[in-house]
Amino acid sequence: MTEIYAVICIGILVVMSVALARAYSAPTVYDRILGVNMFGTKTVLFIAVGGFLMGRPDFLDIAIVYALINFIGMVAVLRFFEYTAPIE
Amino acid sequence: MFILDIVSSVLLIAGVFFGLSGAIGLFKLPDFFTRVHAASVTDSIAAILIIFGLLLQTPFDLNTAKLLFILTFLMITSPTSSHALAKSARHGGLLTLSEEKEKQQEQTH
Repeated sequence: MTEIYAVICIGILVVMSVALARAYSAPTVYDRILGVNMFGTKTVLFIAVGGFLMGRPDFLDIAIVYALINFIGMVAVLRFFEYTAPIE
Repeated sequence: MFILDIVSSVLLIAGVFFGLSGAIGLFKLPDFFTRVHAASVTDSIAAILIIFGLLLQTPFDLNTAKLLFILTFLMITSPTSSHALAKSARHGGLLTLSEEKEKQQEQTH
């Protein structure tokens, strides 16, 4: 099962890097937030799978905390940019 | 246990496949709201598949409860943040593809 976990970790890392590239090179600020949101969700999954890969499922606690912080940060940034979007 | 390993491998690989298709959709789709659609739908299904793939690997203990908590939380927050994103983009003045076409036609007439 370790090989499968390693393959899954690499796949999630590829998805995370594509989302981060999108967040870097997007046309509007909302596209950037979309890329960052996807990056955060995939990070939660990556921490969970990585904990199983290293045989330490206690990492799931960190995944829970990351999911909470990701949601709070997303709502905060969206409240900030809701009516005052910088037009690029 | 062998069958469980195979089932959970299939679930994990399917989850990564959906994640990759969503990431490609972020680049390929023509319009902001279609991109929100691609990202949010594939995020949800990838989270479900990967968490279920990991659930099959745990004995019934505290880690199962933690994984179920992560899944429940992601199922609540991921659509919520997608909805907030689309709403705030709408308030910020982004238009859909057909609305942009109508606007261009009005300007040329």
